[in-house]
Amino acid sequence: MDLLLENVCHSYGETEVLRDISLSIPSGKIMCIVGPSGCGKSTLLRLLGGLERPSSGQVVQLGTPPENCINPLTYVFQDFALLPWRTVEKNIGLVLEDHQIAKARRAEIIADVLARTKLTDFAGALPRQLSGGMKQRVALARALAVNPAVMLMDEPLSALDSQTRELLMGDLVNLWTRQPFTAVYVTHNLNEAVRLGHSIVVLSRRPGCIREVVTIEKPLSERQIRDSELDAKQEYLWNLMREEAAAADQELLNV
Amino acid sequence: MSDRKVVKFRGAGFAPISKRGVGPLVFILLIGFLEFGTRVGFISNLTMPRPSDVFWTFVNLWSSGLLWQHLIPSLTRLLVGSSLGISAGIGVGVLVGLFSFIRAGLVPLVSALFPIPKIALLPLFVIWFGIDETSKYALIAFGTFTPTVVATYGAVDNVDRSLIRMGQSFNLSWLSIVTKIVLPGAMPGILSGLRISLAIGIILLVAAEMLGAQYGIGAYILEAGSLYDLERLFTGVAILSVMGVTISALIGRVERRLLKWRV
Repeated sequence: MDLLLENVCHSYGETEVLRDISLSIPSGKIMCIVGPSGCGKSTLLRLLGGLERPSSGQVVQLGTPPENCINPLTYVFQDFALLPWRTVEKNIGLVLEDHQIAKARRAEIIADVLARTKLTDFAGALPRQLSGGMKQRVALARALAVNPAVMLMDEPLSALDSQTRELLMGDLVNLWTRQPFTAVYVTHNLNEAVRLGHSIVVLSRRPGCIREVVTIEKPLSERQIRDSELDAKQEYLWNLMREEAAAADQELLNV
Repeated sequence: MSDRKVVKFRGAGFAPISKRGVGPLVFILLIGFLEFGTRVGFISNLTMPRPSDVFWTFVNLWSSGLLWQHLIPSLTRLLVGSSLGISAGIGVGVLVGLFSFIRAGLVPLVSALFPIPKIALLPLFVIWFGIDETSKYALIAFGTFTPTVVATYGAVDNVDRSLIRMGQSFNLSWLSIVTKIVLPGAMPGILSGLRISLAIGIILLVAAEMLGAQYGIGAYILEAGSLYDLERLFTGVAILSVMGVTISALIGRVERRLLKWRV
């Protein structure tokens, strides 16, 4: 299943946020979206998953999602969005409850995603007992449980400290290498973008439009922390964005 | 270098912690003071009954079996009336919290009803529901209804929107979002609203029993008051206070059980 953005424009009242975005999201790859703050990255993601309706243009789904896919377009949020009154296990169970899935099968799915995110020992913990990194792992496990056709990740690592971020990036790379998934990954962190993205979409300042799509051929598993090729890409991205980021920083927010 | 000074700690206070035994101690001191004052004589027996006399009046009430004759109807009225009012209040409060139309229509109405002293409406309830139990249930139900509505819709408003978005993004049904996300999320606010509603319920219970009730704590207090029997008056008042403390403790237990997930 592929996702396609066709001439999408969006504005909140008077403020134009996105202008004429056309983009095809390739399946089995991670596409990163970067841009200066307030350029509409997160809005774009909400449009992709149907949490918001574009002012004009449309988001098209090409083909049908695979048979065993419970929730084709699945989000991972920056603030984790875990229910504080449910344990890890039941937070994951939540998204399976509304679908006719036999109890045994449900338990199987939960056990599987907990194992894949190394959370098996924490199945009975409440969110408040977990660190930020663990919470995001739970959110990731929850997203994997519904076997999404496309994962929509909204700055998933931005609320975490840099060590935890490094660890979770490693986890994401491992998850993808073992079983490639399609993802749109919004971030303001260029390092995350060059480590995780097969392609990187650079948005301009508001109203956001696509400035350039940068591709990185190097396989995810071979990308290291210090890597001259990635550093060069990161620098290239930064040069693309630098002036706009400075201008965006000076702007008054009236959204 | 010679001017050495330890940095002064200025972060104290503003973090209440539970202190065991302080609450009972305040009661003991206050009652002890009254007992001492009435015995020594600087508090006249005409202005304040002696606490020990009030206690013996209570013991008499207990041993004569009259206590239960008064308490059971009162507790029944409180239970029936407030459960009607609270369940309707939570229901309406959730609807107000969820639907813009209902909110636009009902919030002004609730604001109009809230400040009416429900006691003033007692004659109206007697005309509508008769002099017997039904009018008392109605009064208590009505009195607990409005504060419950206000507390509930405020609590629903405060539920983390990002959690509701999450529910929608996973295609949960509307009913699932309400029962699994909105209601548990609103529970802390609803429970603290219950404390207020039930205290109002007790006040209205007494008011209702002052009109056309043979038995009940309110009737007992009214009778003692009209005879200027201060010992019995204070016995009745003390029973009400104990009811209030008990209800508050019960809600505290429910909170601890239901809100274990909170920090």
